[in-house]
Amino acid sequence: MRLVVDLNRCQGYGQCAFAAPGVFRMRGNEGLTYDPNPGDDQRRKVLRAAAACPVRAIVLEHRARGPVVATPPAAAAPDGVERIVIVGASLAGLRAAYALRREGFAGSLTMIGDEPYEPYDRVPLSKQALEGWVPAQRTALPRGRALDADWRLGQPAVGLDRRDKRVLLADGERVPFDRLLIATGVRAQPWPNRDEAALDGVYTVRDRDDAVGLRERLAATPGHVLVIGAGFIGSEVASVCRELGLPVTVVDRGPAPLAGALGAAIGRIAAEMHRDAGVDLRCETSVHALEGDAHGHLRRARLSDGSTLDVDVAVAALGSRRNVEWLEGSGLAAGRWGVACDSGCRAFDVNGLVTDDIFVAGDVARFPHPVYDYQLMALEHWGNAVDQAGIAAHNMISLAPDRWPHLTLPVFWSTQFGTEIKSIGVPTFADEIVVTQGSTADRRFVAAYGRHGRITAAVTFDHGMWLEFYGRLIERAAPFPPRLRTVDEPPTRQPVPAEIREAPPIHATVALTGHEPSERRAVLLHGG
Amino acid sequence: MAAASVFERVLDYANRADPYPLYRELREKPVWREADGSYVVSRYRDIVALLHDPRLSSRNVGLGGFIHQDPPEHDRIRRILDRHYGPPETPDRIDRMEPDLLEIVTGLIDGFTGRTEIDLVDDFSYPLPVTAICRLLGVPLEDEPRFHAWADAVIDGLGPPAHTPEQARRKATDALAEMGEYFAILIDAHRAVVGEDLLSAIVADASTREGMSRAELTANAALLLIAGHETTVNLITNGMLTLLRHPDMLDRVRREPEFVIRTVEELLRYEPPVHFLLRVALDDVDIAGTTIPADATIHLAVASGSRDPHHVPDPDRFDPDRHDLERIDVDARESQHLGFGGGVHHCFGAPLARLETQLALTELALRLENPRLLADPPPYRPNPVLRGPRHLRIGFDRVRPAEEIGIPRSREAADEAARQLG
Repeated sequence: MRLVVDLNRCQGYGQCAFAAPGVFRMRGNEGLTYDPNPGDDQRRKVLRAAAACPVRAIVLEHRARGPVVATPPAAAAPDGVERIVIVGASLAGLRAAYALRREGFAGSLTMIGDEPYEPYDRVPLSKQALEGWVPAQRTALPRGRALDADWRLGQPAVGLDRRDKRVLLADGERVPFDRLLIATGVRAQPWPNRDEAALDGVYTVRDRDDAVGLRERLAATPGHVLVIGAGFIGSEVASVCRELGLPVTVVDRGPAPLAGALGAAIGRIAAEMHRDAGVDLRCETSVHALEGDAHGHLRRARLSDGSTLDVDVAVAALGSRRNVEWLEGSGLAAGRWGVACDSGCRAFDVNGLVTDDIFVAGDVARFPHPVYDYQLMALEHWGNAVDQAGIAAHNMISLAPDRWPHLTLPVFWSTQFGTEIKSIGVPTFADEIVVTQGSTADRRFVAAYGRHGRITAAVTFDHGMWLEFYGRLIERAAPFPPRLRTVDEPPTRQPVPAEIREAPPIHATVALTGHEPSERRAVLLHGG
Repeated sequence: MAAASVFERVLDYANRADPYPLYRELREKPVWREADGSYVVSRYRDIVALLHDPRLSSRNVGLGGFIHQDPPEHDRIRRILDRHYGPPETPDRIDRMEPDLLEIVTGLIDGFTGRTEIDLVDDFSYPLPVTAICRLLGVPLEDEPRFHAWADAVIDGLGPPAHTPEQARRKATDALAEMGEYFAILIDAHRAVVGEDLLSAIVADASTREGMSRAELTANAALLLIAGHETTVNLITNGMLTLLRHPDMLDRVRREPEFVIRTVEELLRYEPPVHFLLRVALDDVDIAGTTIPADATIHLAVASGSRDPHHVPDPDRFDPDRHDLERIDVDARESQHLGFGGGVHHCFGAPLARLETQLALTELALRLENPRLLADPPPYRPNPVLRGPRHLRIGFDRVRPAEEIGIPRSREAADEAARQLG
């Protein structure tokens, strides 16, 4: 069987783990991990589990011979949309493909992916796959209706010809399209020193192959693991290492784990979780060098605090790079920031003109969110990929008046150290936080984030059931600090600085050419 | 005297057999203010929002135990009880009970042999969950007459406060006190002789034993025993009643082994064992333009919410297939229901109740030949909140012996038996 759990919807009720304990496992009170491809012997229990989920977060594969449904014709589909090409065969690409078929698109559909595997879930890769419970090779995403798509897997796109409306593949093929969806996502930011990155024992965690390799290494019980970067992935990897009983050092340039995403005020709580779990956590520290032996095996790390660590494994969890190189010269506004688009997922060209045939979704998209001062933002979140893919698919086959804006509030989760961390809204878009419910000492709480007198985000530690309530406050532009009488009020509700560090800006270098309005054009010289 | 409100008509025993048309009336307005100053909310989205609204409290609206506490006390007690009951620490306790539960079900149905008529409530729906909860908790089944009386008294005292006589409330309090004494003795017995049961596990483990006071432990043990008594009986009885009113569905339960999973979900939506939840507002709460003031009591009409046509299409149709999550045309969100509540107070016993009812309905369907209702509608118990038939007389031609469908057996053998029938 194949299944995937929408862990944004999941509120940690644990009903699935009661019903199918061999397939679903709770981590702490609210965290959930699962086997995405359980054996057929688990079928009855999986069906019980899926039916028992109070929020129906478990997505099962559709029965091949299910009742035939007449697909409704797309409402007033634009003429001439017969060929749709989706570049990127992961979560966003796959969801968009299903949405297109669901909405009645009957033309040809081509799925282009650089990895040779059918679409798989990346979520387990930094958790149950590293721990060894679920093989990283067995996280394939559930299939829906027959997609009737032309799959080009293991065949990266290398270029885009907008004039001829063709995607260029590595093998020289030119795939024509009427509508294109760019869903190429991100890749792990590699360790910056190439020679050091090439040492045996240095890993990143993004793709299935990464997880397979790292799991093998962790299973061999290395002497000491170094995790570079205490963002979500780094913290999850450190958490798994501790569960496996491996000694692990985490270094981060910032003041605390997760500080980049949630601010240092909450990050310090995460730091306690690291230390309580036995992690050697070193903040405001960086790695000067990774050193190998004569055989190219990683042996040591030299840190900025002057110390040297003997390590066998180093995991570079330095964030991501957006997969935009293939768009160089395409004339789209694509660079390190991603591919800029409007809230209807239509890509901008280098002039800032919106295109009508090229759409963007998922981690690679950079779109304006009205709730956050219309700032362009890229969200590397599972939920954003799902939601945006649906919007993009709809808009690709709809006429202008029927198009939808992508306005969902961002949601995010991470499972680490037996604690489920969730957020709604954009925590980095805040000056202050206030704990509104629960206790930070117990690591069970809700923190509201605010800026300019209104609530902009909320973060929960093992308090996911309350998140939607705060989402509604954000949607209503409710005041910050929220004035509420609630259950489980902390002794004081005094806002404190969120300690968000501004992300370094990504610069674009653009030259302007021409004089007449008809000739005036922008040329992207350097995309950050 | 003013005409009775819709909610008062719901409480009226005359409407117990079919309150659903009244729920439809309730949903015409998002919020009703009752003469006693309480409020009624009946639409799905509003109820879901309120179940997750931290401005609502569950305190002081009932008779003790963690269902009537708020976080953090509620969360603390529930986590302690969970430790030996479910995930993360003991994920498979309920799963491991399946053979045991099947044995209880089989034994009860074996007891019908030679008869052609039963009262499903007294002969099956009541003894099944009672036996199950006794085994789970480690309560001697022979004490059943005593706690049966206590449970009745507590339930009678649990109605909406303004509609429950003072005398009933006092009797409930007395019954709880007696149950507390009973459990205090029982817990000492379990400390002396440690069994496989939940209470033994809790008192044998210093971390759980010391995580709550003795009073908390006895109060919550009493709560679990009562809850295990008074709700699943309705789910099973409502289930058989509904299936006998929809013989084609009963036939599918008999022939399609997986169908019962969806059937139980649909029963939880369509004929749930609990119809109302009670909360108190800690702050002013706006619902669809109406402000419910702080300190007001709120009745959440969960049974109405699960039939809200703005949430689920064709809500008055009994259709288990709407929970077939492998079907491409099923919108999983429409399959959600309020049968076990939601939010932090989501039913503690849900995993056990689901499994018991799945097994019960399957075995009844497989073993009763030509079952039929002898009275429809059946007589109902008085309680409008924990609503269910007092009796359900069922006639049948004969009871198929267990061996005929392969009992004792594994679930796989049961599937095979079902396939042969089909």
